[in-house]
Amino acid sequence: MTFALTLNVGSALLWGLFATGVLTLLMATGQGLGWSRMSFPFMIGSMVTSHRGRAMALGFTLHLGLGIAFAILYALVFESWKWATWWLGGLLGVFHGLFVLIVFMPMLPDLHPRMASKHHGPTPTRQLEPPGFMALNYGGRTPALTLIAHVAYGILLGTFY
Amino acid sequence: MPDTDARYAPIEDYALIGDCASAALVGKHGSIDWLCWPRFDSPSVFAALLDADDGGCFQIRPVDDYTVDRRYLPDTNVLETTFTTDTGVLQLTDVMPVAGRAAYRQELWPEHEILRRVECVEGSVEISITCDPRLEYGQIDPPLEDRGPHGFFYNHEGAVLIVRSELPLTRSRGRGALYGQQTLHEGERHFLSLTFDEGEPAVLPLLGDHAERKLARSVNYWRDWAGRCAYEGPYRDAVVRSALTLKLMTFAPSGAIVAAPTTSLPEAIGGERNWDYRYCWLRDAALTLRALYELGYEAEGRAFFSWLLHATRLTAPRLSVLYDVYGNSTVEERTLPHLEGYRQSPPVRIGNGAHDQLQLDTYGELISAAYEFVRREQSLDTWHADLLSALGDEVCERWEEPDEGIWEVRSGRHHHTFSKALCCVALERLVALDEAGFLQVDVARYRNEAEAIRAAVEEYGYNEEMESYVATFGGDRVDASLLLLPYYGYTDATAPRMESTFARHHGELAQDGLLYRYPPGTDDGLSSEEGAFGICSFWDEEMFARLGRHDEAQENLDRTLAYANDLGLFAEEIDVESGAFLGNFPQAFTHVGLINAAVTLQKARDGTLTTLDEPVEHARS
Repeated sequence: MTFALTLNVGSALLWGLFATGVLTLLMATGQGLGWSRMSFPFMIGSMVTSHRGRAMALGFTLHLGLGIAFAILYALVFESWKWATWWLGGLLGVFHGLFVLIVFMPMLPDLHPRMASKHHGPTPTRQLEPPGFMALNYGGRTPALTLIAHVAYGILLGTFY
Repeated sequence: MPDTDARYAPIEDYALIGDCASAALVGKHGSIDWLCWPRFDSPSVFAALLDADDGGCFQIRPVDDYTVDRRYLPDTNVLETTFTTDTGVLQLTDVMPVAGRAAYRQELWPEHEILRRVECVEGSVEISITCDPRLEYGQIDPPLEDRGPHGFFYNHEGAVLIVRSELPLTRSRGRGALYGQQTLHEGERHFLSLTFDEGEPAVLPLLGDHAERKLARSVNYWRDWAGRCAYEGPYRDAVVRSALTLKLMTFAPSGAIVAAPTTSLPEAIGGERNWDYRYCWLRDAALTLRALYELGYEAEGRAFFSWLLHATRLTAPRLSVLYDVYGNSTVEERTLPHLEGYRQSPPVRIGNGAHDQLQLDTYGELISAAYEFVRREQSLDTWHADLLSALGDEVCERWEEPDEGIWEVRSGRHHHTFSKALCCVALERLVALDEAGFLQVDVARYRNEAEAIRAAVEEYGYNEEMESYVATFGGDRVDASLLLLPYYGYTDATAPRMESTFARHHGELAQDGLLYRYPPGTDDGLSSEEGAFGICSFWDEEMFARLGRHDEAQENLDRTLAYANDLGLFAEEIDVESGAFLGNFPQAFTHVGLINAAVTLQKARDGTLTTLDEPVEHARS
């Protein structure tokens, strides 16, 4: 049996950019309102540089890029199911958000060159506070905020792709 | 009844440390009793200064009886407190780390940090440590989380405080306080760090050698900065200390300079004269700018002037009396009834009700600052020129209105002589700037209005019987602000009317090297007496210098400087009887006065004294 996926790349890029923008907006709103200290741009950018300002700018750009790349993945899933709708996107968002919180965040200290190990104190090269399980170190409302932002991301892609 | 005063240290017992965005007061007993993060006017982290029981503090001190000696490391804002006990000598070094821009590119820094180094330099000393943050002006006892090697975390509303220590700390039962007790032996040296981050993952503070390097880097930063001070005249140490203190009260991100880093330190113990000074007053503009330029701090002068015009652009052509560090003029005043106030002197106020007062003198002070800026920099961009012209039009429209005056009295509006004179100065300076080609105004109109104001001041603001300019039109009360008239170029110090005004003011207001701003007992809308006003004392000495009475200027300056605390710092006011500090501390305006008085005396002796109406060079075409 042969199986080929046809992908609407333009639509995935466009709505991926938009959905990433909304996700970033929701997370930044949560930060501004004091609900969470989770900052994807800062965490990503500080992998590359220890200059705060540059880390934010670079991290923001990389985060947008990652968001668009994930949109391609979402689009591939939609194409494989030959179906895209808001709740399907939302479900993917739930999975995506939970994966980030439960799998990715706890292993981040091992991947991030400037993040302190959860077992040892900070060192001159590793000073960033690790997120911990479900990123709870960054505030008790971080899991809910992150999940909501990713569900919104998925719903937008499911609706408009 | 407990001795309530014993819970509070005298105001003069405090020292200031800071990082040019926020500041902390450290008492002689090693206690940080006042700290607001992330900026000067943020809610407090420690406020034992205003409520010894519930405000929160961070104290390190010997357990046994001790004597205290302290100093700033020379030419720095790094505080060193030395405790001597029967068994040994302990040194506590406090700093809020700062560094040049390059350092911030090379490594991650917490948003704010207080680094405390404790070292036993002789014998052995048992020390106790208490760290008890109470957020939101003592209202929040934040939850404490022990994250082992990463430190103790206080998370609250998207912000996090982290305490890391090389000495063991234990948490109190059911509360968020940390305690420690340990005996240190000669040669032992340990660091404790308190950091603040907001909105992002925190940067964990490093201790040990890294902290040592950070401390050394801060010392170098301050020494480099102090080394740029161009003043080489008499009282240089006091001038440099004042400059360093002004720098601590500068909000580096915007260039604003706050009047003081504290709120509600009372101008009279038990009285109601408690105000929040963590804002920036336009009143201080020209004098502050002059002080910065005279000391050679051009970059700080430019930043401050830029902030001045940025702050006023939203309200222009109307000026607010005060603005916050980012230029917002709405700083509503409210009281905090849960805090008992310094030495039980309520109310504790945050925000400042003076923000909606009318002070016509601010137009003169702001435009004089602009004039000083142009004289030094030989430039004024178009937008700033338009703004200044709009302010001039506003002066023409409003100078006849009564106002609250420079001292922000709460007894209603009056026709204040100083306000009118500064309106005249504003228009004359704008005409001069027009003639020099830096801006365009309606010269004929401005000249006519300036002449009309001058005529009114000379007719109603001068009391022939008293042979003195007086506080209000038709009044008979002296007011120290009038001593500034020669400085702003309204009149010469040696003009007969000014000379007799000075004699009258010095006679009525001066006492023991200090000067009241107006006669004690004057109805300013508030009950209770106040102390002598720090900056007015320096204005008095400037007048002596301007009159060529140099020895008297020096003698009085010596007497005033003797009231400084052991670190060279001044509060807003001084109790003439006891020499105790009153009001918010330390006060930028007082230190500006000190700098200007020393510079004026030196220039008067050198014959190079100028006033603010010195002509500007013509704009380059």
